[in-house]
Amino acid sequence: MSEPERGMAEDAVVVEGLTKRFGDFTAVDGVSFRAAPGECFGLLGPNGAGKSTTIKMLTTLLRPDAGRARVAGYDVSEQPQRVRSAIGYVPQMLSVDGALTGYENLLICARLQGLRPAVRRRRIEEVLAMLGLEDAAHRPVRTYSGGMVRRLEIGQAVLHRPRVLFLDEPTVGLDPVARQGVWEHIERLRQEHGMTVFLTTHYMEEAESLCGRIAIMSRGRVAALGTLAQLRERVGNPDASLNEIFTHFAGHFEHQGGLRDVSRARRTARRLG
Amino acid sequence: MSHAHAGPHGASVDAQPDVYTNPVWRYLVHAATLVDLELRKLRRDPSELIMRAVQPALWLLVFGQAFGRLRVVPTGGVSYMAFLTPGILAQSVTFISIFYGIAIIWERDMGLLQKFLTTPMHRSALVLGKQLGASTRAVSQAVIVLVLSWLVGVRLRMGWGVFGVLVLVVLGAAFFAGMSMVLAALLKTRERMMGIGQVITMPLFFSSNALYPIDIMPAWLKVVATLNPMTYLVDGLRGLLLGVGTHAVWVDLLVLAVAGLGMLCLASYLFPRRLAG
Repeated sequence: MSEPERGMAEDAVVVEGLTKRFGDFTAVDGVSFRAAPGECFGLLGPNGAGKSTTIKMLTTLLRPDAGRARVAGYDVSEQPQRVRSAIGYVPQMLSVDGALTGYENLLICARLQGLRPAVRRRRIEEVLAMLGLEDAAHRPVRTYSGGMVRRLEIGQAVLHRPRVLFLDEPTVGLDPVARQGVWEHIERLRQEHGMTVFLTTHYMEEAESLCGRIAIMSRGRVAALGTLAQLRERVGNPDASLNEIFTHFAGHFEHQGGLRDVSRARRTARRLG
Repeated sequence: MSHAHAGPHGASVDAQPDVYTNPVWRYLVHAATLVDLELRKLRRDPSELIMRAVQPALWLLVFGQAFGRLRVVPTGGVSYMAFLTPGILAQSVTFISIFYGIAIIWERDMGLLQKFLTTPMHRSALVLGKQLGASTRAVSQAVIVLVLSWLVGVRLRMGWGVFGVLVLVVLGAAFFAGMSMVLAALLKTRERMMGIGQVITMPLFFSSNALYPIDIMPAWLKVVATLNPMTYLVDGLRGLLLGVGTHAVWVDLLVLAVAGLGMLCLASYLFPRRLAG
């Protein structure tokens, strides 16, 4: 209840003191924040800041070592099954099968979400229409462009109308036009379905154009949290770019990330190319 | 867009929910979906199966033909080629399954596994679906080997026992694929999986009854062969296809089913803990 302006209704994401260690390395170090229903919340930071690890804990892929997280009202450690029914997740890497068609990929996902056959068909058609993939629906995904693959992946994640949609670096490796297209679709999903969108990014423009509130992560901690206007105010410069804001709160980019992150980022970029 | 659409069964006051509510049915749908995924991929690109048919063909055509002339192996009254066929069938089932874990690691590196693990699918439904997915590959492999053996003149018993053969192949592949998934969870990289695959396939093969009966083995090897699940696969196949099994077929089926179930439990435990991140 530390933020009274976001009322009594249950927040979509509540994170308190969340921590994850890999051996001696603390990837996420006592992180706390909340995201309101219908909000687009952005985790911003360079590679290696702990964004992906945070999102993996919220999507039940990794178990937290300390702290608590509730997603759509369910505890990620104690009710992972309920969390999974309430979320959609688009991983940073490739989550479609290139040998299958777009329709088949959606069909597999719809079945795994447990949708009944009649609902399944309707939702798949809806998603294909919404994401502009109707004409390509019966083509193998390996013939898709990078932007189409991303849209299909988002489609897979929203078939069951999740309450919270998690996107890990949704536009990494995309050209500016494809990126713009993906942003428009994310924004439409949020507005038309009242979906809470939770994304990680290291692109300033992405956070600026999509996110209501932003948490800046650096070395596993939240260095700053607020709307862009609030963050600018704290920096003391109403025209500060997100880049300047970031540098103000978290220092320079160069300190973080290593060979592993570089190779991962390149691999992710290559798969879409 | 969140309009309540009345489905074909939505006439009553309580409209049918969008998702399956019966947990058993949902579990089966989930496992079957992964098998379906495997079948669709197999149909698109059967080249792997064809390449994998080369090795069993060599064993039957070259090794079987030459070694059979020696007439040194007590085969229980059947020709050595016939004796060898169930062994080679079991070998191809085992080998195709034992490298299955590499596909899992590939899926994990790509992000497909993460997609599966964030759906409401039960962990063991994922593993079971993958095990049976490997079984579908093994069944198509088995068909190829049986056709090959017929071409080289081996005449097997092809009655209702063929269904038993299918069940044995499905269970055997499910066991070895489960074992492969356990190894994948422990080893985590494709390179290590390739290595371990090479290391264990041949010992599994030579320490089984695939090439020679257990009776002629030294005592220590008999112990190993008795513990080797491949022995039960070969024995069951020999029982059904030639009528010269050592155990009753149901014993072989039971051993493979229990071993496969053990791998299902172990992989379901290890998988999300070691490969989810």
